[in-house]
Amino acid sequence: MKITDEIIRNHGLELKEYKEIQKLLKRNPNLLELGIFSAMWNEHCSYKSSRIHLKKLPTNGKQVIQGPGENAGVIDIGDDDAIVFKIESHNHPSYIEPYQGAATGVGGILRDVFTMGARPIALLNSIHFGSPSHPKTKSLLNGVVSGIGGYGNCIGIPTVAGETKFDETYNENILVNAMAVGHAKKEKIFYSKAKGLNKSVVYVGSKTGRDGIHGASMASAEFDDNSEEKKPTVQVGDPFTEKLLLEACLELMKDDSIISIQDMGAAGLTSSSVEMASKGSLGIELNLDKVPCREENMTPYEIMLSESQERMLIILEDGKEENAKKIFEKWDLDFVIIGKTTNTKNLTLKLNGLIQGEIPIDALASMAPKYDRQWVKKKLPKNKVEIKNLKKIKTEDALNKILSSPNHSNKSWVTNQFDQMVMCDTAKRSGSDAAIIRIHNKDKAIAISVDSSANYCKSHPLTGGKQIVCENWRNLISVGAKPLAITNCLNFGNPENKEIMGEFAECLEGIKESCEFLNYPVVSGNVSFYNGTNKKNIKPTPVIGGVGLINKLSYPLDHNFKKENSIIILIGKTFGHLEQSCFLKENYSIVDGRPPEVNLLNEKNNGELVLKLINKNLILSAHDVSSGGLITALCEMTFANSIGVKTEKPKNLRNLTQYLFGEDQGRYILEIDKKNYTTVEKIIKNADVYFENIGITQKNYFEISGEMKTAVNDLFKVNNQWYNNF
Amino acid sequence: MKSSVIVFPGSNCDRDIAVALEKMQFKNQMVWHKETNLPKSDLIVIPGGFSYGDYLRSGAIAGKSKIIGEVIKAANSGCLVLGICNGFQILTETGLLKGTLLRNRDLKFINKDIHIKVINNKTNFSLKYKKNQVLKMNIAHNEGNYFTNPKHLEELEKNNLIAFKYCDEKGNINNQSNPNGAINNIAGIYNSKKNILGMMPHPERMVDKIISNTDGVNLFSSLLN
Repeated sequence: MKITDEIIRNHGLELKEYKEIQKLLKRNPNLLELGIFSAMWNEHCSYKSSRIHLKKLPTNGKQVIQGPGENAGVIDIGDDDAIVFKIESHNHPSYIEPYQGAATGVGGILRDVFTMGARPIALLNSIHFGSPSHPKTKSLLNGVVSGIGGYGNCIGIPTVAGETKFDETYNENILVNAMAVGHAKKEKIFYSKAKGLNKSVVYVGSKTGRDGIHGASMASAEFDDNSEEKKPTVQVGDPFTEKLLLEACLELMKDDSIISIQDMGAAGLTSSSVEMASKGSLGIELNLDKVPCREENMTPYEIMLSESQERMLIILEDGKEENAKKIFEKWDLDFVIIGKTTNTKNLTLKLNGLIQGEIPIDALASMAPKYDRQWVKKKLPKNKVEIKNLKKIKTEDALNKILSSPNHSNKSWVTNQFDQMVMCDTAKRSGSDAAIIRIHNKDKAIAISVDSSANYCKSHPLTGGKQIVCENWRNLISVGAKPLAITNCLNFGNPENKEIMGEFAECLEGIKESCEFLNYPVVSGNVSFYNGTNKKNIKPTPVIGGVGLINKLSYPLDHNFKKENSIIILIGKTFGHLEQSCFLKENYSIVDGRPPEVNLLNEKNNGELVLKLINKNLILSAHDVSSGGLITALCEMTFANSIGVKTEKPKNLRNLTQYLFGEDQGRYILEIDKKNYTTVEKIIKNADVYFENIGITQKNYFEISGEMKTAVNDLFKVNNQWYNNF
Repeated sequence: MKSSVIVFPGSNCDRDIAVALEKMQFKNQMVWHKETNLPKSDLIVIPGGFSYGDYLRSGAIAGKSKIIGEVIKAANSGCLVLGICNGFQILTETGLLKGTLLRNRDLKFINKDIHIKVINNKTNFSLKYKKNQVLKMNIAHNEGNYFTNPKHLEELEKNNLIAFKYCDEKGNINNQSNPNGAINNIAGIYNSKKNILGMMPHPERMVDKIISNTDGVNLFSSLLN
């Protein structure tokens, strides 16, 4: 078959990239080889536009066992315990086929975690949909939520936290990011690097079908009006088989049979075999006739590019084949030796003994294109929103507007569809600032949260990038965890557009600054470019997934007020920053101005102080102040136990609206037992942290003196309407 | 007291129930579905999960598995059998319990804490509870909507074979306190000899106050009695 320009373009390759392929091979590729290049050189697999920027992120620290570059990141949580975690996007498939797209997103990220020898202990998600009034939003929301639940519930791993947001920017390109967290023994982590010659390369798991061919290339292109036609590129998930695969892999991992293991994710057999060989500086030979196929007469091209789910590639130590086979047979899974490692440094593909394709591993991996794309800086917006020119609105009405808005409504409609309790170690479920998961059979726990702030990032990417790391950090602190490390899912538009590339570069710079300052390294992540349809790009949406450690989980802390007559204090200064706030968006439809300033020094001091107070058991409940400002955060604390609060207006107040709804950073609300107040006050003053005494808890009523007094239950009702009416 | 937990491919609450049983001092064993012999046990538990993926009707394939014949034999000779969630679904598939579990009324998977009322506190599973005691438990299922024919329903009510009914915090049994549409708010039932209990809520999730509460403890301590 002659490779025409059209075939090249259909493979998502540029003509200059094809010339590079010819140079590397010193000949023309055949169609199979072209397909393999396209799978390895697309944005999704090669990170060609992002690599030079990703390098800047801090990835080291005492707590880091494995940073980016493996299937998932690994951190040390003391004793012999390690936590393995990663977040990944499945945006494009989920828009085309919401149920299967979301389900396989969960399946894929779970495999990344248990490939490394960890038993998955928690799932999280960050999902973004278009405007609720957009005709597709409802069915996408339904499909994605049941897909996430369908997979996690069946495999039996609790889905414990997440965020669900709506914004018209995602009308035609939703975001579905899934995060998985696993627990492993420090000395039993498995890596993908191949070692040794003539070792058996084993295929385990489901059979290979024709689903998902070129999925990774699809995820590396913008959508157009014909996106629906891409349905066949979406994979179909089978959580039952994944459960079997999980148990079989963990069983095999108990001894030292495995040299290296890699799941078949994006670009399936191609990327898994190339990655293993590349990391080990070896060659790999595969006999494609041996690959278990679901359908008849599959061609080498289809076998190599299929993205059928629930498959793994393993390189075994000599003599371990029989025992390994027994384990997989017990779980009714395929187990076939399909090849071996070689010293050729080539990927060699054979069918019935005849070579079908042969490509140097380096050409596919380290020599893949790398672009320093043009990008432009974004200035801090100058346009000011003049509060005094806006129509007056009553505090209570404004609060109700926020509480009943899609982005702030109670999300139990979503989270009730996820099994949050299976495995019986979930100490705090969704709705908390961060989920708390106990380490099985121990009294320590981890806290996990995912966060994003697309509006801040759009307005000023540098500040937005900084802010979102800090918000995530605060969420972990608020449940009493010491933040350890993050994973990030970087959802952006078309990187060939220099404004978009600028958003990427600057968000990353912001993330870097915060991570460095807070000693909060990035240990894994994923980049998703080309989020947009017909040249309309989404707002930059980096999603941060953070993990923290609670050394001793005696009483899991949350944000719910515990009793009447407690003293409520606010840590951190309130300036009243309303631009880009939820108040302006929900009440005036204004999304304008600059995001709130991030002061890393205050952020760190305030956070460390709060953690100290929590560790001394001086705090009854804690909540970070974020979108919606002080009043929204306070209100959220009253719901669970119907304990209200009475707050006083601060002295020397300029503007009450700004005080209540401003989204200034680095703030926490703490509930303190009266008898502990003096001790707490002394500790805060010694730490030189700014705080205000803002009121006391009371029965049933949410009250701001002289401004509003409403029954907590009424506010709760307002907060609970939206999903049920939608 | 010796217990056996049956493990099907796709079971996913097997570890949770084993932890709860061991915490309550049962001598527990896990029994793989391909076994043809059941170790001698005083209690057999069929745990929650998605046996064989539940791609057919929930519990249908497990109801025909190798080990299940042994479970039926043991049950018929009086061994105590507890089926939780998918275990309840499997018990109805085997015919050990009558009736069936339909999809939830709202056609959605539900995971949340709900309340149930102890209807019969005179069985091996419930004697440590008070009559009409309200318990807070967690449910997690897609097919928990219990249904049976009018004759059997009458038998259940008349012969005191209903173990638990869904209710609200205060114990009111009504449509609002029914999470999944189950007939007469039924959350769990016994067979006529009361040696088999099938229930949708998860008592094994309620034995540790750091995670939830301890409302499930008395079910296990009743069994020990």
